[in-house]
Amino acid sequence: MENGTIEQLQKKATLLRKDIVEMITAAASGHPGGSLSAADLITALYFKVLRHKPSEPEWSDRDRFILSKGHGAPALYAALARTGYFPVENLKTLRKLGSPLQGHPEKGKLVGIEASTGSLGQGVSIGAGMALAGRLDRKDYRVYVLMGDGEANEGQVWEAAMFAAHYKIDHLTVILDCNRQQLDGWTAEILDIEPLADKWRAFGWQVIDFNGHDFGQILKAFDEARRTTGKPTLLLARTTKGKGVSFMENNLEFHGVAPTTDQLQASLKELDR
Amino acid sequence: MKTKSPSEMKAAVQREKKLGLATRDAYGQVLVELGQADPRIVAVDADLSKSTKSGLFGKAFPDRFFNCGIAEANMVSVAAGLASCGKIPFASSFASFLLCKSFDQLRMSVANPSLNVKIVGSHGGISLGEDGASQQSVEDFALACALPKFTVLSPADEISCRALVRLAAEHVGPVYIRTGRPKAPIIYTGSEHFQLGRANKIVAGEDVTIIANGLLVWEALVASDLCRERGISVAVIDLHTLKPIDEAAIIAAAEETGAIVTAEEHLLSGGVASRVAQVVAEHHPVPMASVGIADTYAESGTPAELMEKYGLTAKHLVQAVESVLKRKK
Ligand SMILES: Cc1ncc(C[n+]2csc(CCOP(=O)(O)OP(=O)(O)O)c2C)c(N)n1
Ligand SMILES: [Mg+2]
Repeated sequence: MENGTIEQLQKKATLLRKDIVEMITAAASGHPGGSLSAADLITALYFKVLRHKPSEPEWSDRDRFILSKGHGAPALYAALARTGYFPVENLKTLRKLGSPLQGHPEKGKLVGIEASTGSLGQGVSIGAGMALAGRLDRKDYRVYVLMGDGEANEGQVWEAAMFAAHYKIDHLTVILDCNRQQLDGWTAEILDIEPLADKWRAFGWQVIDFNGHDFGQILKAFDEARRTTGKPTLLLARTTKGKGVSFMENNLEFHGVAPTTDQLQASLKELDR
Repeated sequence: MKTKSPSEMKAAVQREKKLGLATRDAYGQVLVELGQADPRIVAVDADLSKSTKSGLFGKAFPDRFFNCGIAEANMVSVAAGLASCGKIPFASSFASFLLCKSFDQLRMSVANPSLNVKIVGSHGGISLGEDGASQQSVEDFALACALPKFTVLSPADEISCRALVRLAAEHVGPVYIRTGRPKAPIIYTGSEHFQLGRANKIVAGEDVTIIANGLLVWEALVASDLCRERGISVAVIDLHTLKPIDEAAIIAAAEETGAIVTAEEHLLSGGVASRVAQVVAEHHPVPMASVGIADTYAESGTPAELMEKYGLTAKHLVQAVESVLKRKK
């Protein structure tokens, strides 16, 4: 997927966003806010950054991606479908009985899913394990984990942060979707976790603080992570929850509530502009 | 076996399903009332207060509410600290995260010193639906029952939930209460008596007793109606307190009906089936059958679809009743 110019990536991201609002509306439940905030990051990963073969999902040299904030599943499912892991029309089955597209990703149920998530806080640890296995096997795959800023409340995240730095797991990159909101409200009010960059640096990580909706900055950040040796990298992506749909942006209501069909139409119209 | 009388048939056809509040809503409301009456009541939550409904308490008493963020283990140990200094903390999250993520904290911070902490897990079972297995809780009874001295409660409807939450607050000692996401059918009228550790017999019967908790109590009532139409007389017991278990009620059921069917929205091991079977086997062995979730996690789907697929409906209870009757001497 080396042909991802910034303009092409923006188009893909819009496609993913449309998929996201459509599939969540069809399911009548799900998490639009956090799916949309991560859409650009996931687009960059799947269409540019990851070394992967959608036709051979178990390829042992593939880069691994873990969606630690499992409720962002619609963004991941859209990326998997749009890169050819499974037919796009299957997106409509999200959250339906018997569908491999579970409300939160489950490894073994859907191709391309590397870990079962949905209980927040575990992805960085799993990613560290995968990266260590790659080191033991002398493989050069990289491991990417996308997590939420609310998720950073979990103690396990910091256990993993200590661990990955101690073992100098420099082929592990964690992307923190810092949209400043969690479920009950603004992170600053629920449990303030800033200054995040200082915290991760203090834990021994390389930290890159950037705009998570600017593909120029996103690609540069991933590049820098790839070139960093001796320590893991935290990509502190500053994002907007609900990004791309004006009435969802920074709107706490859309953390875990599906759009109505009217809201879907309005969303698609905006995204098409 | 009795044959059905016309009046009983009518009753069977007529049982009307009236949906009340979800038990989580009833919990949130009572918590506010408790907070008004007793300044020692405090609440902690782990970024789910909108869903667990502890947020109602947070609104009413912002000074006595502490949102711990998405950090369940920390929350449980904080609750232990509050309790050891005289507060009565209610710690809420989804049942799965509360029990699974904080189990050692429940073990050492709370259960070992037997502190007066109330933990309330909402979205119990699989009936939360579409969010799927990671948010569902099929093992919380087993885990909670494995904590010595814990009282373990699973109310069936808003009325019993209100009563049990009040009793839990009065009780000195650790309590786990499972609440649910969907609206729950009304079982009680409000005039019934509730006591921790005392099961409520809500239907009398002669041939089999169904012992259920949570949403399965309603299914048991419907099953008893369906069985009556077939000439089978089924008693129904609401085992709202799973621990300490009401041995007397279970032994009496075994003696009186000679067969028992258990029903729960939980794995078949470690919950109602296991605990009732232990009492029955030790005191008055009779044939048993159990309705619950086989050795698996569930999945995404509507609540009704999941209850059907995982075998948790009145229809499945009727089958269990028929199977156990075949083994009854
Ligand atoms: C261990 C755990 N506790 C609670 C939840 C419920 N929950 C789902 S999403 C969410 C908020 C997540 O906030 P954040 O990580 O910032 O994600 P985003 O803002 O990107 O949606 C919570 C509390 C969960 N999924 N897992
Ligand atoms: Mg967030």
